[in-house]
Amino acid sequence: MTTLSLISIAVTLLIAVLLAKPVGLYLAAAFDYGPNRLNRVFGPLERLIYRISGFREENQSWKSYAAALVVSNAVMILLVYLVLRFQGALPLNPAGVANMEPSLAFNTAISFMANTDLQHYSGESGVSYLSQATVLVFSMFVSPATGLALAMAFIRGLSGKGAGNFFADLIRALTRVLLPVAFVSALLFVFMGVPQTFESAATATTLEGAQQTIARGPIASFLAIKELGNNGGGFLGVNSAHPFENPSGLSNLLQILLMLLVTSALPFAYGKMVGSLRQGRVLFVSMLTMLIVMTGVSLSTESAGNPVLNNLGIQHEQGSMEGKEVRLGEAQSAFYSVITTAAETGAVNTMHDTLTPIGGMVPLANMMLNTVFGGMGVGFVNVLMYALIAVFLSGLMVGRTPEFLGRKIEGKEMKLIAVTLLVQPFLILVPTAIALATNPDTISNPGFHGLTQALYEFTSAAANNGSGFEGLGDATTFWNVSTGIVMYLGRYISMVTLLAVAGSLAAKKPVPAASGTFRTDTAMFGAVFVGIVLIVGALTFFPALVLGPIAEQLTL
Amino acid sequence: MEKKKSMLTGEIAAAALRESFVKLDPRIMMRNPVMFVVEIGFLVTLLLCFAPDAFGGTVPRWFNITTTLILLLTLLFANFAEALAEGRGKAQADSLKKTKQDITANKVANGGVKSVPASELRKGDFVVVASGELIPGDGEVVEGLASVDESAITGESAPVIKEAGGDFSSVTGGTKVVSDRIKVRITADPGESFLDRMISLVEGAKRQKTPNEIALNTVLVGLTLIFLIVVVTLPFLADYLDIRMEIPILIALLVCLIPTTIGGLLSAIGIAGMDRVTQFNVLAMSGKAVEASGDINTIILDKTGTITFGNRMASEFVPASGSREEEAAFWAAISSLRDETPEGRSVLELMKKNGLPYDAKLAEGGEFVEFKAETRMSGIDLKDGRSVRKGAVDAVKQWVRSQGGEIPGDLDASSAAIATAGGTPLAVAVDSRVYGLIHLKDTVKPGMRERFDQMRRMGIKTIMCTGDNPLTAATIAREAGVDDFIAESKPEDKIAVIRREQAEGKLVAMTGDGTNDAPALAQADVGIAMNSGTVAAKEAANMVDLDSDPSKIIEVVAIGKQLLMTRGALTTFSIANDVAKYFAIIPAMFMLAIPQMQALNIMRLDSPLSAILSALIFNAIIIPLLIPLAMRGVAYKPMSTGRLLGKNLLIYGLGGVIAPFVGIKLIDLAVQAFI
Repeated sequence: MTTLSLISIAVTLLIAVLLAKPVGLYLAAAFDYGPNRLNRVFGPLERLIYRISGFREENQSWKSYAAALVVSNAVMILLVYLVLRFQGALPLNPAGVANMEPSLAFNTAISFMANTDLQHYSGESGVSYLSQATVLVFSMFVSPATGLALAMAFIRGLSGKGAGNFFADLIRALTRVLLPVAFVSALLFVFMGVPQTFESAATATTLEGAQQTIARGPIASFLAIKELGNNGGGFLGVNSAHPFENPSGLSNLLQILLMLLVTSALPFAYGKMVGSLRQGRVLFVSMLTMLIVMTGVSLSTESAGNPVLNNLGIQHEQGSMEGKEVRLGEAQSAFYSVITTAAETGAVNTMHDTLTPIGGMVPLANMMLNTVFGGMGVGFVNVLMYALIAVFLSGLMVGRTPEFLGRKIEGKEMKLIAVTLLVQPFLILVPTAIALATNPDTISNPGFHGLTQALYEFTSAAANNGSGFEGLGDATTFWNVSTGIVMYLGRYISMVTLLAVAGSLAAKKPVPAASGTFRTDTAMFGAVFVGIVLIVGALTFFPALVLGPIAEQLTL
Repeated sequence: MEKKKSMLTGEIAAAALRESFVKLDPRIMMRNPVMFVVEIGFLVTLLLCFAPDAFGGTVPRWFNITTTLILLLTLLFANFAEALAEGRGKAQADSLKKTKQDITANKVANGGVKSVPASELRKGDFVVVASGELIPGDGEVVEGLASVDESAITGESAPVIKEAGGDFSSVTGGTKVVSDRIKVRITADPGESFLDRMISLVEGAKRQKTPNEIALNTVLVGLTLIFLIVVVTLPFLADYLDIRMEIPILIALLVCLIPTTIGGLLSAIGIAGMDRVTQFNVLAMSGKAVEASGDINTIILDKTGTITFGNRMASEFVPASGSREEEAAFWAAISSLRDETPEGRSVLELMKKNGLPYDAKLAEGGEFVEFKAETRMSGIDLKDGRSVRKGAVDAVKQWVRSQGGEIPGDLDASSAAIATAGGTPLAVAVDSRVYGLIHLKDTVKPGMRERFDQMRRMGIKTIMCTGDNPLTAATIAREAGVDDFIAESKPEDKIAVIRREQAEGKLVAMTGDGTNDAPALAQADVGIAMNSGTVAAKEAANMVDLDSDPSKIIEVVAIGKQLLMTRGALTTFSIANDVAKYFAIIPAMFMLAIPQMQALNIMRLDSPLSAILSALIFNAIIIPLLIPLAMRGVAYKPMSTGRLLGKNLLIYGLGGVIAPFVGIKLIDLAVQAFI
């Protein structure tokens, strides 16, 4: 690893940190129902949408907010499913792509609506332009908008306001955040050399005279929302490792910034909305610290290279380059793998399968914790859930019924949180056990690495990340259906339970802060928060990680 | 029932030991999900002792037997903790029950008096109780005056006066009349009396889980389920690697991971918390009230009796015109030489404090005149024939006039000035001459200022209620260091303040004893009634202070906080312990199949089996080791929440991570000798 690559990583992080606060303040304003200046800019378009759709900005109860979210998402999943199933007969299919088979369509529809974008098909050959540009891009906008809406509703709950209106939040997320930013960044990507065309694949004659088909399409617009919305689904099969989807170091930088843009800004939006920026800053710094540690581990193990090659005395000073793009180098690849799993995006610019065992454990750990910033909206809500647990324990330790932002955390909230906490381990460990027991032949590696492959797949599905460890024969009915179910439950159970937590907290009378109140905007609270995240995460997944990446590293 | 500081008698321990086995009954065990999981594990390993290969296992039989025994011990330790906590209450209840037995009541019926068993008395019956008899039930004195020995309830042996009407009319069943005779109207049906409630409370028969206990229990169940998922899926993961997982080892892992330490001690902590309140001679009607007291934001205190001694302490001598201050003081002292009332003693104290001389020999051989309600004066008739009196100003004036004396012209003005400042004037006279006034002033009890400072650090606001005028109230408030005061307060003002504070989301505590305090006591989140108070007050409150000491509310708050802190500390400790247990068991589980796992065996434990047993033994013995802490509660000193959290995190969080590394290593050193 060179000093230059370290500097470039530090600069990238610095830009991300500098962007977080202003973007956060913008988000808080964008979702404020009161009169503000943004209404003048976006008002006309939104009023038009309201007129056509018939929605109104009426406050919903917590239950109807959750119901609107789940039902509208379900309807859209069905819609995407139908288009994929019948894409062969539908227009905009110059390459003549066939209808998608049912289990794969089931998987893909859920995958895109659940902000996961686990792709069991290959972008070049599996979907038509119509599917790609309409239903998939459509869900790549709607699903992050849903996540953002959830975060806003949850934060409103913590600050004692009503839930708001799901459709209003959804529309605002689209008009005020996703569409404008995606539009500008798509143009930037085009400028950087990413194709944007509706023509079918180009055919070229190589120097040897062979015919080569070069896939292309409306990649720039797809790429923009793929990163901004923490979707991660690649237009092309190899995702951002393909030169058309990630032509240069500059496009790599822009992708990383887009992945972190909203999710790192949410703590500040939260701070603004609850009336104390310090509250948000503590969480931001806690998450940033975890991210830096994860990055450090990943970079050091990747740059150390493969111990087996080192032992053979093979010169290896550019680090472990297996499965990585030479254009990007080992540092930018490792860094990308950390960010894409921290922000639960799932875009990849390297084969995670070929990362060193510990280098591969870092993305895995990011997804298991799901709190190192985390995916669009949902990640931050998860963070707030851990903050509630941290408050609960610390509150007890100072001898008070725990309260967060003045609201008491009691049996009902803890029950919902306990259920939510169970979802992740259940959805990761149980299906992994089933897959290993029943479908060992679809896993390309025996031993520890094979175990990691299966574990990674379900972790990625449960955390709605979508990156693949690859090496799995995952386009089978078993994998399609099982990960489909895991993705669906992984996304919506916690959305509903946590909205219920917010609703229950919002209904409580706030206690004014006094000198005896336990403060949640201090470094000590940040430390407790990180401690709880790490201990709960480590205790849950340690045995599985020991049998996967850790054993692999030890036995190299 | 005497106040017992140490309740850990051998008898209780023996009973708790028996009880620990009774509690192994799965139907009882099920109430504690964490320990229930341990019990199921125990049953499985028990089966494996007899049929080691029931699941195709290859673990040696001695290992199964050892595991089974350790699991049994874990269960017994947890049960013992609970039984011990309950036992202390039971012992108390037994002594109370003895009080209750076989009281005969003299029931007033058809104009005569009939002897009936106390159990036949109903609400509204009238009974007559004479000197030496036990009062058969809770009631109100409707006729007469008597002194009553309430030591059966309060542990305080000095009898108290009970009389018809007013705030001292309530009597409690089981207490003893030691002089005179009273007629009492019974106010409680059998089974609902104060004694009955007290028995069932200390017995814990009606113990319900408190809100915070429920919330914490939910977290523990959640963690248990997570570890259940982890352990159940583990053999499938291992199987893919062709590593065989042995059932007893998996059970050992599960038991070590689930929060057995806090799970085993949780109910003991709750019971012991209630018990600590009881030891303190405060009777909490529910655990919820004790918990709530830890959350109190505002305390409303009466000035008189709580913050100050009452209008009783001499603070200065005001001479009347024509006399010097020394003279007024001299005669005030002479009149008080044999006066044992607080006022009298305070006069002599003031003399000493101000270094004023008086000749005690002058009173020798004199005849002391006691204070009487009719005369409203006390004093001494000296041997030389002079009479010295001190008392209410108008009474003394009348006495002086009756002997032909003149009243100094400024006396009325001076006494009015004292009254305006919130004090009480006492006039001092010798025969026909008035020498001056004693200014009796409310004096703040010693140590109150420090207590209010403590409470401020705990984040609790104190409000003082007083009937005094705002000027006096402000003086006392400043002197005592309370945060706020309400002057010229009427009973309904208290409710208004409580409602105002509650509307801001605060929890309010107050103490009271009078019937007109009852609505406020009921409105407050924590209402502590004085045992000397009226039945109405006691019924409205959720705690009763048997010693009738209103300032005790401060200790009750501390106990409530301590209760929550103990739970939090042991939960943190329990979870933090898991880190070391993982490092003991995980390498041990896989070491045979993957020798490189030795790298994770950072404690360098001897062998896989000894590592697992050591972790399991640590897990078991930590429960009895922590029983004293669970009973006593973690130490609590008022300090800022930030510092408190830092301190507890260091002890129970960091300590919880480190302690098992040391403990397991030591146990391993011992265990390897046997393997």
